[in-house]
Amino acid sequence: MRSEEVYKKYPRNEASNMIAMLQDVQEVHGYLPEDDIIRVAKHLNVPTSRVYGVATFYNQFRLTPLGKHVIRVCRGTACHVKGSLDILNTLEAELGIKAGETTKDLQFTIETVACIGACSIAPVIVIDDKYYGGLTSKSVYKLITEYRKKEDQADKA
Amino acid sequence: MNTFKEILSKKVPADKFVELIRGSYDGTAAGVSPARIAELKSKLTLEKAEKPVVMVGMGTCGLANGAQAVYDTFEAELKKYGVDAELTRVGCVGFCAEEVIVDIKVPGFPRISYKRVTPENVDTIIERTLLHKEPVIQKALGKYPYSDDSLWPEIPFIQDIPFFKIQKKVVLENCGVIDPENIDQYLARGGYHALSDVLINKSPLDVIKETKLAGLRGRGGGGFPTGKKWEFAYQAKNDQKYLICNADEGDPGAFMDRAVLEGDPHRVVEGMIIAAYAIGASVGYVYCRAEYPLAISRLEKTIADATAYGLLGDNILNSGFSFHLKIKKGAGAFVCGEETALIHSIEGRRGMPRPRPPFPAVSGLFGKPTIINNVETFANVPLIFRNGADWYAAIGTAKSKGTKIFALSGKVVNTGLVEVPMGTTIRDIIFTVGGGIPDGKAFKAVQIGAPSGGALPEKFLDTEIDYENLKAVGAMMGSGGLVVMDETTCMVDLAKFFMQFITSESCGKCIPCREGTKRLLEILERITKSYREEETEVDSLMRFQGMLYLERLADVIKDTSLCGLGQTAANPVISTLKNFRDEYEAHLYDRKCPAKACRQMLTYTIIEDKCIGCTLCATRCPVNAISGNRKEPHFINQDICTHCGQCELNCRFDAIIAE
Repeated sequence: MRSEEVYKKYPRNEASNMIAMLQDVQEVHGYLPEDDIIRVAKHLNVPTSRVYGVATFYNQFRLTPLGKHVIRVCRGTACHVKGSLDILNTLEAELGIKAGETTKDLQFTIETVACIGACSIAPVIVIDDKYYGGLTSKSVYKLITEYRKKEDQADKA
Repeated sequence: MNTFKEILSKKVPADKFVELIRGSYDGTAAGVSPARIAELKSKLTLEKAEKPVVMVGMGTCGLANGAQAVYDTFEAELKKYGVDAELTRVGCVGFCAEEVIVDIKVPGFPRISYKRVTPENVDTIIERTLLHKEPVIQKALGKYPYSDDSLWPEIPFIQDIPFFKIQKKVVLENCGVIDPENIDQYLARGGYHALSDVLINKSPLDVIKETKLAGLRGRGGGGFPTGKKWEFAYQAKNDQKYLICNADEGDPGAFMDRAVLEGDPHRVVEGMIIAAYAIGASVGYVYCRAEYPLAISRLEKTIADATAYGLLGDNILNSGFSFHLKIKKGAGAFVCGEETALIHSIEGRRGMPRPRPPFPAVSGLFGKPTIINNVETFANVPLIFRNGADWYAAIGTAKSKGTKIFALSGKVVNTGLVEVPMGTTIRDIIFTVGGGIPDGKAFKAVQIGAPSGGALPEKFLDTEIDYENLKAVGAMMGSGGLVVMDETTCMVDLAKFFMQFITSESCGKCIPCREGTKRLLEILERITKSYREEETEVDSLMRFQGMLYLERLADVIKDTSLCGLGQTAANPVISTLKNFRDEYEAHLYDRKCPAKACRQMLTYTIIEDKCIGCTLCATRCPVNAISGNRKEPHFINQDICTHCGQCELNCRFDAIIAE
């Protein structure tokens, strides 16, 4: 979907569509650019502050661009009990960033999520909508190395 | 084609459509023979399949375990072997630990379930089962009942294996059995029969009366009687009423609603239509987490199919009743599980709760009477009207009727989705269904009801599960997450974990929740810190003082918070303090974590004899606290070490110990 289509899809002045609109805008850009927040406010005829308020309230919305690969680390109870903090630490140490940050080369973003509902295969991480379950510190290290290798090869090619 | 759509195209009156499938209307006059319907039904339920059917379990757990690869391999291999078979996707049967589960139905033989299927197994399964009609015994999970049960005697019945034996699958009866995106299969298995019966034979008041009689209570947490709730909305006079399905399953450790939506979405929609009819709502919303993309896409298909069959939309089954259903995607806020916050979110605002009354049943979405029920509650509704209120009320305990679905996870062998009658003991769920604790470790606690519930120790294991009993022992039903913990889980750390979750999810509207939980977290962080980080004596005094305040603060938060999230926010602290006080004391006085889970309190050292100097730990240490020459024992600089534990986790020679 293109940015223009989002604004065509939703009728003007219907503020109840705000969250859905922001979700679509984020789908297009990967985050919510400042210009779009202002435009959504105009489109729905509400103060920009209200759109900003909603955008910062919900965990899903981001105001900064994402890396090429988004790594979501589940921090639900079951994952916690099975050592998801170690997984997160390994990822943070390996990529040199904290949760919520993006690597300088814009390749990886680490995010934590409250629960992705795949508790039975804890601990789980999701990389670009692909699920990886039953991880250990060692296997997650291997996984991330593979992703990096792939990227390096793509760069060379 | 195996479809009921052709009936629709014939001259069957709209109100008789489902009745025809149900068998309570003779369609001969309209040119549909009863025998034809019966034949179609037995085909759709696979009792009499024409050709082999391969069903791959493709819920989120299945997909995470590689179901897509298995599906693709089947697709390619079936072609290669030239086998004419139907390949379909089904939902989750609940036995997540054994995923990927693949079911195969060969005409003339019982349906068989295979467990832990990998792409490498596909070849064998096709050759043995599809071509030679014999089971692959080492991969078999069980077989389904069939008209001839003497076939394949070496395979146990699926309902006899320990994981399923004490379960009572009524709400989940279709999950993992049918193709969730196929409305015909749902119809053939008795779907929408209840709806048709309700619309033809019952008034809204009858529906409310029967729901009350059945004793159905809200499955989302509080356990409020559903029929009573509907009655409030029924009595509220207004030109517009709304019905909302709460599918914002935010509790960490719960995935029942996801499994139901992914595995049997029509059931939830049917329940919603019946509820809407009872209260007189013409518009409904399903508020679903954006984190459940599969559930959302299946719901979209479900709504489109039901509308095409005239089961949703204007003038449903020619009854004069209209109901339109829309999906609203949540955006990741735990507090939106609270009714009034959820309403604000649908209105496109920040999801913040407001004081009640007025209750949503009187003034809810856009100021109109609104009923909000959880996914599992709606999934129970068709059962009541298909089998009768008496049948439903016969399951369960005196005050809690029916079954309850639990999401069993954590340190337990058989993780998965479990549906048991109310009144089953916690011990039975963990040790009989769950198969106990893996790796020979000892059971320590089970967290019931996610953050709002409580952690129960061994002595409460024989509690019979129902709303009142769980409350009495200091937990709550919540949405039904059961996270099992063994001796390696630290309960102070668990309380800290929940507090971190709650502080980040508190909406910030009321002070007790916003500030109080933050202070609770600070106290817990102080308790789990090591000596090294306490720089002055004031720090250690603060640690003891915090402990004194912990209980009082927890009580104040409980008494003064605005919404359910705040009122239960301190429960993790209260329940662990009550049941595991000794662990708090060990942290506080001995400065030790008995479970060795609080990393901050541990000291990492390298055993010289075991270290071969591979340098792996030094390269993995994020703060460069490890030094040493290649092929010589390394050592850790304790002043720099941040206790992250990476060195211990990565060492291949067990040369690093933490104490």
